[in-house]
Amino acid sequence: MILKALRYGWLLAAFWSMLAGAAEPALQGTGDLGIIIERSAGRVAIVDTSRNAILGRVGNLGDLSHASAVFSRDQRYAYLFGRDGGLSKVDLLRKVVEKRIVQSGNSIGGAISQNGRLIAVANYKPGGLKIFAADSLDLLADLPAAYGDGKRSKVVGIADLPGQRFIYSLFDADQIWIADLSDLKAPRVEKFPDIGRAPYDGLVTPDGRYYLAGLFGEDGIAMLDTWQPQAGVQRILANYGRGEQPLPVYKMPHLRGWAVAGHQVYLPAIGRHEVLVADTVNWRETARIPVRGQPVFVIARPDGRQVWVNFAFPNNGFVQIIDTLTRQVIHTLEPGKAVLHLEFTPRGEAVWVSARDDNKVLIYDTARFAKIAELSLENPSGIFFTARAQRIGF
Amino acid sequence: MAFLKRTDTGGMPVYLMLMHIKIALTASLLSISGLPALAEQPTATPSPERTRELIHLVRQDCGSCHGLTLRGGLGPALLPENLRNQSPTGLKYTILLGRPGTAMPPWQPFLNEAEAEWIVGQLLNGFPEESP
Repeated sequence: MILKALRYGWLLAAFWSMLAGAAEPALQGTGDLGIIIERSAGRVAIVDTSRNAILGRVGNLGDLSHASAVFSRDQRYAYLFGRDGGLSKVDLLRKVVEKRIVQSGNSIGGAISQNGRLIAVANYKPGGLKIFAADSLDLLADLPAAYGDGKRSKVVGIADLPGQRFIYSLFDADQIWIADLSDLKAPRVEKFPDIGRAPYDGLVTPDGRYYLAGLFGEDGIAMLDTWQPQAGVQRILANYGRGEQPLPVYKMPHLRGWAVAGHQVYLPAIGRHEVLVADTVNWRETARIPVRGQPVFVIARPDGRQVWVNFAFPNNGFVQIIDTLTRQVIHTLEPGKAVLHLEFTPRGEAVWVSARDDNKVLIYDTARFAKIAELSLENPSGIFFTARAQRIGF
Repeated sequence: MAFLKRTDTGGMPVYLMLMHIKIALTASLLSISGLPALAEQPTATPSPERTRELIHLVRQDCGSCHGLTLRGGLGPALLPENLRNQSPTGLKYTILLGRPGTAMPPWQPFLNEAEAEWIVGQLLNGFPEESP
């Protein structure tokens, strides 16, 4: 009898510790985690940038072509914006989809508010902005991008601004709008018309002050000083293509992931094999750097000493590194076929580069340009690390 | 869509423009004389290897603007129901020469006519998925 009770008690104790183990996973921070989009598989890989490892995968996320992500301010949750209008909240620690909704027919990206409570999604179809509660993904506001005679524009270039505001551009309507969600019962939208033809993407500077919208339909970049919006939208770098024949554009450049290094901003020249450099004090062009192809992403290492550039098809096998002191290309890498994106670790000692057609992500040491590690992923595209949670405009 | 100054000439070299005109003339002459239009001729099927490359190109690179599922993005959707009312010949030359005044670039540097024709045929029937 005693023996039996002992054995039973032993089993019970073992069972109890198993339960406790399942409920309380090993303690872990999330500051060195991130996600990588496996676009064709509709899946993300959760990665660890300290161990250069894949921790797990989360799937059933829909059409992830052109997917992007923002992070909750506690860096535990990724909010994923899918091409098919899907908005998914992924728990990086439990590696599950906490919630997923399909909020439009076609979306391009999104942003998180300054206080971390609002998620804004920029939609192509139907064109406009939708605002969701970050915790529940409940719809809080719907702001159609209506213009002209009942038409709706595709929304591009969304970024967060201080004060629960979002700034974005209307591709079809040539406008910049600022939505102010500080009073959720009465959202306000401020509109800036005639900014230049066909804005295709935008960025805010690291201080949240200046918004730049790249123009596809004409030379130059539309710039709004959000500290002095009454001054209106100005045109900068207006002469960069004057009198020259632009090349056909096989992939639109991306502006988020700004490259502001010191007092200089580095921008992709659309339809040209050049990176443009402008002074952020007077907004004049200071240099044009010839590069290997048409730039897609132009991204500064967090310290601003280097700017890394990838390219549009058919030059998408290269990555070039610009030294910001000499403003010259100092190194060219060939990481693999179809390099789609790159992301620096929080302080920039390493960079992760996705090579879609080689099914791998390469990790480079940014001081020596040497490959540190290589990870196997299925058609990897966007790479997003949780450090983005703490940066304005990401 | 707004008229886009950048691609007034489609970012297109002059020889392509001339070729566009020449092809348009040829096409209209053919239809006047009652000869079959180019797209109605039997399409040469690309080799299995090239077929794989073309499917990849359309899904991934055309997909940059038209979406991986071809349901549209910055560019319009390319599903059969979206293309049904368009002429296959017109679609072929849109692929090869681009569409001036829009973001559609000319793909002729990477595709020959037969390949463009094959792509149009596949798009009209529902474009194949990439095999893993």
